[in-house]
Amino acid sequence: MNWECVIGLEAHVQLSTETKLFSRASTSFGKEPNTNVNLVDCGLPGVLPTVNKNAFYKAIRFGLAVDADINQTSLFDRKNYFYPDLPKGYQITQMELPIVSGGKVEIEIEGTKKIINLTRAHLEEDAGKSIHEGMAGTGVDLNRAGTPLLEIVSEPEISSAKEAVAYMKALHQIVTFLDVSDGNMSQGSLRCDANVSVRKKGDKELGIRTEIKNINSFRFIEKAINYEIERQIDVIESGESVTQETRLYDSIKNETRPMRSKEFANDYRYFPDPDLLPVMISNEEIEEIKATFPEMPKDKFLRYQSEFDIPKNDAQIISSSKNLATFFEECMEDAKDAKLLSNIIIGDISSLLNKENIEITDSKLSTKNVSELVNLITEGVISGKIAKTVLEETWDSGLGPVEIVESSGLKQIDDDDEIERIIDQIISEHPDQVSAYKGGKDKLFGFFVGQIMKATQGKANPASANKILKDKLDN
Amino acid sequence: MQFKTIKEINAGLVSKKFSAEELIKYTFDLINENKDLNCFISLDEENALAKAKKIKVKKDSHLLSGIPIAQKDLFCAKGIKTTCGSKMLENFYPPYNSKVVEALDAAGSICVGKTNMDEFAMGSSNETSFFGNVHNPWKKGFVPGGSSGGAACSVAAGLVPAATGTDTGGSIRQPAALCGLTGIKPTYGRISRWGMIAFASSLDQAGPVCRTAEDCSILLDAMSGYDSRDTTSLNLDPTNTFADLSKPYENLRIGIVDEFNIDALSKESQTLFNESLKVFESLGASIHKISLPNINQSVPTYYVIAPAECSSNLSRYDGVKFGHRSLEAEDLESLYINSRSEGFGDEVKRRILIGTYVLSAGYYDAYYKKAQQVRRLIKNDYEKAFKEVDLIVSPTSPSEAFEFGSKGTQDPTELYLEDLYTISSNLAGLPALSMPHGFVNGLPVGIQLTGNYLEESMILNFANRFQQSTDFHNAKPTFEDFQ
Repeated sequence: MNWECVIGLEAHVQLSTETKLFSRASTSFGKEPNTNVNLVDCGLPGVLPTVNKNAFYKAIRFGLAVDADINQTSLFDRKNYFYPDLPKGYQITQMELPIVSGGKVEIEIEGTKKIINLTRAHLEEDAGKSIHEGMAGTGVDLNRAGTPLLEIVSEPEISSAKEAVAYMKALHQIVTFLDVSDGNMSQGSLRCDANVSVRKKGDKELGIRTEIKNINSFRFIEKAINYEIERQIDVIESGESVTQETRLYDSIKNETRPMRSKEFANDYRYFPDPDLLPVMISNEEIEEIKATFPEMPKDKFLRYQSEFDIPKNDAQIISSSKNLATFFEECMEDAKDAKLLSNIIIGDISSLLNKENIEITDSKLSTKNVSELVNLITEGVISGKIAKTVLEETWDSGLGPVEIVESSGLKQIDDDDEIERIIDQIISEHPDQVSAYKGGKDKLFGFFVGQIMKATQGKANPASANKILKDKLDN
Repeated sequence: MQFKTIKEINAGLVSKKFSAEELIKYTFDLINENKDLNCFISLDEENALAKAKKIKVKKDSHLLSGIPIAQKDLFCAKGIKTTCGSKMLENFYPPYNSKVVEALDAAGSICVGKTNMDEFAMGSSNETSFFGNVHNPWKKGFVPGGSSGGAACSVAAGLVPAATGTDTGGSIRQPAALCGLTGIKPTYGRISRWGMIAFASSLDQAGPVCRTAEDCSILLDAMSGYDSRDTTSLNLDPTNTFADLSKPYENLRIGIVDEFNIDALSKESQTLFNESLKVFESLGASIHKISLPNINQSVPTYYVIAPAECSSNLSRYDGVKFGHRSLEAEDLESLYINSRSEGFGDEVKRRILIGTYVLSAGYYDAYYKKAQQVRRLIKNDYEKAFKEVDLIVSPTSPSEAFEFGSKGTQDPTELYLEDLYTISSNLAGLPALSMPHGFVNGLPVGIQLTGNYLEESMILNFANRFQQSTDFHNAKPTFEDFQ
């Protein structure tokens, strides 16, 4: 039997505003529980929300980037439900008139481009967090309560887990480049709910869908959706039908399972929040936002090639990540060789980042240290091989390359006389190999280079060493 | 100093007939002698005395300097118990001040305590308070009106010259009428709702209850003004109604609403109404018939919108963070159910249920949305009417004060009709005032003046002129039946 799946995603993007959506409490991450909380966040009797215009500006930036309609009058509604981490007993969100309507996001799968249309993007406040560990009962931490979220709703146009990941990566790129969000998934700045259904290929009607809640990494999005597709196909093929329900993904067991019905069986009783007047956005405000639009990945990709003459592939990789692009551009203020720099970034640095699964902004690497490293190579102070060792030490300790090179004696040996002495020594110690080489075994040249590098701990200037060695052996 | 107005007390303070401290001591003596009225939920003698000791009232001091006032018990006052008349908030001590408390403190007035009220301001007789019924000073065992019943009682008994109230459907004007006082609900947004515990956010508006229109203008000017903490607060300077009392508002056109059907009132009420119209004419006003075609939909419209908003506003009382928490809870759900079942009284529960119903999926369009459309029609009616007239006059409530337990015990909607004349100005957001204009069966009754948006000065000016030519506001209860 041939099946196809239909996926719609609701992405929640935490906006990088200094303060919350309806209060002036800080949004900073990782603070002691209940310290980023003021009267409004607690929902005390008598308090009232006030709107953080910056959150609107960020939502509008996103809307403009995806070619959506900006609703210059937008409304806030209340979504009513009881939960301990929801202090007011309702969440303020946008139901009737969201700030952003429509829009489209382009994704690319194995060279094929596809447009995913957006239904809408609306502002809402995040809830707090219930804490069950380390205490007798349940604790509530309201630090996150009221943090501005942009919920981006796609049309059900995504047809595989891979597309879903590509779509989320595209969103991640947009929101990070526009400084709409820090995009930090491990801190929950970008997460999504996936609506998944399957149907027989060619069917017009949509199948019954399930919603997988709160998936917070690209890897889990792919695994959760694939699991859910398989599960739904199994259910239907065994003659039963899929139950419309909300499910949670368990990343340890790699499975989805239904949430208790009480956790979602709500009539949210949406109605316009009478505490908040409609929010008006002027043409001038929109123009101002347009004027501060940063350079986007596509433009960076072209500029990196024309201005810095770096390879297309390097330009592609660096320009597609806000963090790498910023890092690269800052390094270029001091670094003397763009190609060398881009090579180090997509090579050694990227593999270190992947190994520890972190972003460059979370590492000890500074742009000053990396440009210093590049310049040490360019000036011939160290070899590319030594550079790798120095980079690893900078990565671990945060010390500067110049300091590392000096204190560990890693400086390249450029003195031809010294190199010659070392080569003479090696030749005299290996008479058999010398005669074999002279007898036509060219490959043994590499053996001698290896011996030189061994004797100098890799510090011999490779060009000089090669030239001197060749002279000695060939004459 | 009992039964004196702000103006009169201020004169005594300025001329040093008595000090602010003596005045406060005297006020607390009065309050303690009249405890059986039950108009206060809590008193704040210590702070009041400490503040009074520091105050030297001079000629150029604010008129409210040193004046004892009472705050309705839904204005949050830092460190002072604020119950909203509910068991739910029996032990709630807010960590902050409401705008109204801030503003009146800043003007130099001295808050002596927090007044009794219908639970969460839901009621028209003060009988829904967790802290017991409040007596009408004019007759023991009779209601003072509601929800600002304690506020009206404290002023009518002469304990304080002024009190704050809130008005969601008539909660300032109806008790003012039933207690023989003057009270004004300003234009929606005139006074910040910051720190005022919400009942129905789009209708709630604070205002003063005093003996005279002149005193009301002093309080209103002090309480009003833009507050960035409330997005529904009007971005305008504080009102200047006191200074405007001397303005000449000539040849005012006053409208009588056809649909209010004055003929259906009792003979006595009709007579009083017609006599007041004659006074209006003697003040140079002309009387005109006007039509507000949708006005009779006010009560049902209100009883969809107000409960809808209240059902959401009161969700925060869940036993988790503040307020009553049931000791019987075994899990989260029973914590919610028991805390709310124990903490709220019947009328509050009734309105939460109505509100939850009208907002639920499948009923929203038929009730809530429809009610909002009718609200718009009522607004339009008023907008049209105010092209023809300057003020609209009506009775404040259908009858005089009634006995405890005599209305609404079988059918709650019987009490909802108390607000027949007052509710529409809340729906439209218009300013409206009630002032005494006579007695029925020995009990005071009120007449209501409704003005166009922001026309508080005109309303208070005209009411002040009415009071300069009449005596009803000077009448005092004798307390015969309280001995």
